[in-house]
Amino acid sequence: MFKIVRREEMAGGTVILNEIEAPKIAGREKPGQFVLLKANEDGERVPLTMAETDPEKGTITIIYMVVGRTTALFKSLQVGDGFQDVIGPLGKATHIEKIGKVVCVGGGTGTAVLHPITRAMKEIGNHVITILGARNKDLLILEDLMRKVSDDFYITTDDGSYGRHGLVTDQLKDILDREDIKQVVAIGPVPMMKFVSLLTKKYNVPTLVSLNPIMVDGTGMCGCCRVTVGDKTRFACVDGPEFDGHQVDYDELMMRLQSYREEEKVSYDKHCRMNG
Amino acid sequence: MTTTKKNRKKPVPRQPMPEQKPEIRRRNFKEVPEGYTVELAQAEASRCLQCRKPGCVAGCPVGIDIPGFINLVTEGDFTGAIRNLWGKNAFPAVCGRVCPQEIQCEGKCIVGKKGDPVAIGNLERFCADYEREFGSGELPPTSSTTGKKVAVVGSGPSGLTVAGDLIVKGHDVTVFEAFHKPGGVLVYGIPEFRLPKSIVAQEVHFLERLGVKVECNAVVGRSVSVDDLFEEGYDAVYIGVGAGLPRFMNLPGENQIGILSANEYLTRANLMKAYKFPAVDTPIPIGKNVVVLGAGNVAMDSARTAMRLGADRVRIVYRRSREEMPARTAEIHHAAEEGIEFELLTNPVKYIGNDKGRLTGMVCLRMELGEPDDSGRRRPIPIEGSEFEIEADLCIVAVGSGANPLLTESTADIKLNRWGYIITDPKTGKTSKKGVWAGGDIVTGAATVILAMGAGRMAANSIHDYLTWGW
Repeated sequence: MFKIVRREEMAGGTVILNEIEAPKIAGREKPGQFVLLKANEDGERVPLTMAETDPEKGTITIIYMVVGRTTALFKSLQVGDGFQDVIGPLGKATHIEKIGKVVCVGGGTGTAVLHPITRAMKEIGNHVITILGARNKDLLILEDLMRKVSDDFYITTDDGSYGRHGLVTDQLKDILDREDIKQVVAIGPVPMMKFVSLLTKKYNVPTLVSLNPIMVDGTGMCGCCRVTVGDKTRFACVDGPEFDGHQVDYDELMMRLQSYREEEKVSYDKHCRMNG
Repeated sequence: MTTTKKNRKKPVPRQPMPEQKPEIRRRNFKEVPEGYTVELAQAEASRCLQCRKPGCVAGCPVGIDIPGFINLVTEGDFTGAIRNLWGKNAFPAVCGRVCPQEIQCEGKCIVGKKGDPVAIGNLERFCADYEREFGSGELPPTSSTTGKKVAVVGSGPSGLTVAGDLIVKGHDVTVFEAFHKPGGVLVYGIPEFRLPKSIVAQEVHFLERLGVKVECNAVVGRSVSVDDLFEEGYDAVYIGVGAGLPRFMNLPGENQIGILSANEYLTRANLMKAYKFPAVDTPIPIGKNVVVLGAGNVAMDSARTAMRLGADRVRIVYRRSREEMPARTAEIHHAAEEGIEFELLTNPVKYIGNDKGRLTGMVCLRMELGEPDDSGRRRPIPIEGSEFEIEADLCIVAVGSGANPLLTESTADIKLNRWGYIITDPKTGKTSKKGVWAGGDIVTGAATVILAMGAGRMAANSIHDYLTWGW
């Protein structure tokens, strides 16, 4: 069992943080890699990119939004409980190099994934500009952590309840207009990554995105996570999860994320009935 | 003439194994053949001629002493029979069920020259099942410990064979499995109705009782590397990770919803038990009109799974004719009995979907057979203008697999062939890297359980030699 040693609720209980004992993974993880988690014998294998690792304590931290049966089940786990299986680190690590000015754009729980990458970008000597977006102030997560690893820091909210009233792309456009940006990293909901990529393409700024398709094995064996990148089919679990944002077919990814919409509803309804 | 030996004893016909009726079993996941009773097993065993130069043994990739164990069944010594089997094969319960006996032992049986061969596979299965149900659970003897550590990567048939062989020779063996459950293809690939998972679990448990350590969730190549294993103190490493890279058709529309590799479909159904959804959390698409592309054993397993999940219609679409189908005869027969249809000499050219990106059908071409190709099979040639559409809401692609590069990419000094499979010495299983052996599908490409076991047996002998005398 992989024991939960710390648990936090964020964004009004819709986002959960679990710090989990997984010493073997903690010692090897690199920014951008993910783990697969399974709560119990009958559970699903769910991929989540790590937000933080502590090799000395032997722990990894995941942050996820509660969206259905499996994440609701994860949410019900308390400190001292554990996951039956945690597999990883999986996927390719982010390529980090010193290139100059970098913009890191995070939305929703994508910010959790973005954090270790942003920190690594800063540690290697880049000038890091961070933009975090949320629907409103209450849904914003990891503001302090992200601020610490950024040289410049911006927040946008859709309703204007905090930071700039608008979308991350509004802020990004201003930055691209006035600064010589060498790289953008965008991690968040698929539409956000799509529109960031459309924008940066106009400015010809290389853009990295981290994709979150449905997975089963996470080792390239099943092809469930296939995505079209530059007209080629790639497996996000082994070829990714990060890809060149300008080449990703986001519409296909959004469509494939709907594969089990009906089944997910059935499963979640059952969960709700059983748990009140 | 009337006093000849032949007429004194009435010839016993091959004893069929009782099995679930097709109309019942096509909607459940229980095992299809139900196994021999003691009476049936002994009647069948009595058909063996006890040849002095048995063709059956020569036909067995692991050289089981077939007349020997069958003779013990005839005598009613079932404990003796299973011990005899274990001498050459650690997993008779598995092999008795999934080996292609018709082209191996039974294909070489003298009795089969004039009639039906002795049902060797059924008898092998009987011995294993009898031991499981009524046996003493007594373990075979093991040698004293050597202090040598062996890492086995992959817990499929070849890896488990290596583990079983080396633990009894006194080595310290740890098996690393990437999935959360051991068994490899026996667990994620072969369906419950052909090989109950409780049997695989029991075979693995048997090895654990012998002292084998099994570490799940260990993805060698990602969570640990082959070189790390040597640093951790392992003296030898066996790689039996399987082929593990799904092949797709590369046709337009293949990423639409409702098109799955057989690996994905079967992993959901078997490893994740998605056929019990929503009692378990992993879903599986339920097709009404299912098309399976390919005609090997994996295709049959996929088709029969789809039927059990409630399909109205399941069709195998294959570009060659029935003669060239690579699946076992018994599997094709079982599938046909369950109502699976065969759309032969047919090749898809395009997938069709609706505006939600869900599969609705495919465009196919009729084929005819031309001259033999490199594989010796007649090459299918498209018939011009023969395009037609078939309706499908679920398509399972079972056209083979390639070499998964996850482990080999992370271990640069293991030489690969141009398809990415590991190059090994055909007599020992040694790779180009010192202290590392490989076998099974990652060497040969997708093959059978028993061939993987044979490769494991060979490598285990070589590993033992190495640990005793050096490389």
